[in-house]
Amino acid sequence: MRRAPESPRPPLILVAPALAGLAFLVLPLAGLLARAPWTTLGTRLAQDQVLDALRLSLLTATLATCLCVLFGVPLAWMLARAPVPGVRLVRALVTVPLVLPPVVGGVALLLVLGRRGLVGEHLDAWFGITLPFTTAGVVLAETFVAMPFLVISVEGALRAADLRYEEAAATLGASRWTIFRRVTLPLVAPGVAAGAVLCWARALGEFGATITFAGNFPGRTQTMPLAVYLALETDPQAAIVLSLVLLAVSVAVLAALRDRWVSTGT
Amino acid sequence: MRTGLDARLVVRRAAFDLDLALAAAPGEVVALLGPNGAGKSTALRALAGLVPMTGGHVRVDGDDLRPLPPDRRGIGMVFQDYLLFPHLSALENVAFGPRCQGAGRRAARRIAAEWLDRVGLAEFASVRPRALSGGQAQRVALARALAVEPGLLLLDEPLAALDAHTRLEIRAALRRHLAGFSGAAVLVTHDPLDAMVLADRIVVVEGGRLVQQGTPAEVARRPRTGYVARLVGLNLYRGRADAGRVAVADGAATLDTADPLDGDVFLAFAPAAVALYRTRPDGSPRNLWRARVAAVERQGDRVRVQLSGPPFDAVAEVTPAAVAELQLSEGSEIWAAVKATETHVYPA
Repeated sequence: MRRAPESPRPPLILVAPALAGLAFLVLPLAGLLARAPWTTLGTRLAQDQVLDALRLSLLTATLATCLCVLFGVPLAWMLARAPVPGVRLVRALVTVPLVLPPVVGGVALLLVLGRRGLVGEHLDAWFGITLPFTTAGVVLAETFVAMPFLVISVEGALRAADLRYEEAAATLGASRWTIFRRVTLPLVAPGVAAGAVLCWARALGEFGATITFAGNFPGRTQTMPLAVYLALETDPQAAIVLSLVLLAVSVAVLAALRDRWVSTGT
Repeated sequence: MRTGLDARLVVRRAAFDLDLALAAAPGEVVALLGPNGAGKSTALRALAGLVPMTGGHVRVDGDDLRPLPPDRRGIGMVFQDYLLFPHLSALENVAFGPRCQGAGRRAARRIAAEWLDRVGLAEFASVRPRALSGGQAQRVALARALAVEPGLLLLDEPLAALDAHTRLEIRAALRRHLAGFSGAAVLVTHDPLDAMVLADRIVVVEGGRLVQQGTPAEVARRPRTGYVARLVGLNLYRGRADAGRVAVADGAATLDTADPLDGDVFLAFAPAAVALYRTRPDGSPRNLWRARVAAVERQGDRVRVQLSGPPFDAVAEVTPAAVAELQLSEGSEIWAAVKATETHVYPA
């Protein structure tokens, strides 16, 4: 008699590497928790340097996310809807920062927005604005790296949205701007929210582009990841504490997105 | 002043060609009836401005709307699956149009509440579309389309999304609401019953062209294409009449009729008028022919028997008892007859 089809028993040859892979992903995190100086955690977290870095990270990541939404949503709309010639090329360009090593992004930003950069030169000469090695520079570096996440997420949502709702709105007398504001945007709101959370997480963890373009000045451009890296050489315990904070934030982001990604499809 | 709809819709695409003249008086409901792919929905979308027209005009109450985009046409449309905005409540859905027309928030909500009340859904004002039944969603969609006080109301298969159980009731309600609408209305359907009940006039569209139009009674009684004949359940033949004798099937057969017409005609008779015999009946004055049974299928308490030619195909409707008595089965050869007085002949 045949058994009812339950979940299939996996072949042993797959089980071993699967477990090894799982251990490889989980053990470092467990190590972080095991080596954490739990007894002194409170006092260490209250240190000015930690709080400054945390405050700066939250501020810049949030500002960067705002910029991403402000510019990324219209960009996603263009990619999804506008009959732009060469839209595939544009989409490829938008996704470049996704695969580009962040350090290269930082160098590129310096070349364009640096004091002697293509654009930065004029910003400095005409408006007295210098971006590199400032908090604004941190925000720009994070925006550069994080925006593709938002664009891709929102573009996907726009493509999946039913265009006929927009037609229905048009027959009711809605202008194109009204349709976008009152129909399209609410329909893709979950996609925008997911993209924004993703953006924020990416911005929060940004290291390479930030340190290259904005440097590492405590209180001004030293974000959490930079502080972790610096602390590792001088005070490893502090590095662990900072890492724990970032880990906690990551878990929170994952929890916020669980319905979207971690669900088992039931 | 309302003068209704006067349109000629020309839409040419690679594999599709629509050229349809369409008119509807104020207060008149015109049904576009046709098979799938006939161009009914394209015609409706062209009226609404959702597909560009290659030629023609769309005049509603005298103004040519063709150069205008959909949002400036002032046409109300009820879509096939209603397309209520899922993020807005029923009230906000209905208020959407008045808001776009420049009404203030409170005025728009008041108008919307009145319309919801009119379609009997006042207590569902704060409900999201997801929580509405199909029939309720259809009424909200109707209220939403009417709340902009359109000169022309378009309905795309307004009953297709409903199950058979609620359909009857909803259809009757829709008919009442349409009767209360003072503008012209155009309805697309592929269901002849919907068209008969809801419309004052039926326009049959096949292959992007108008093939027949008339009141529901005229269309039901005098079909002019095989498609319409099947819809209304009649056997239909085209032929040449000579003093009441009609040659059909390219002259392969001649049928006697009671109408003394001459020239090109249509000849129709109901399936129930066809009598079947195992052996040739004697001395009968009727039209008689030998036929082969192609299919036997039960429909309610009647049985439909598909007869295939030569000389021509036909459908007969008999009782289950007759099927047993005649030992009808697919492939059997029988005699079929129809009285001259049971045929109906009209000019082609």
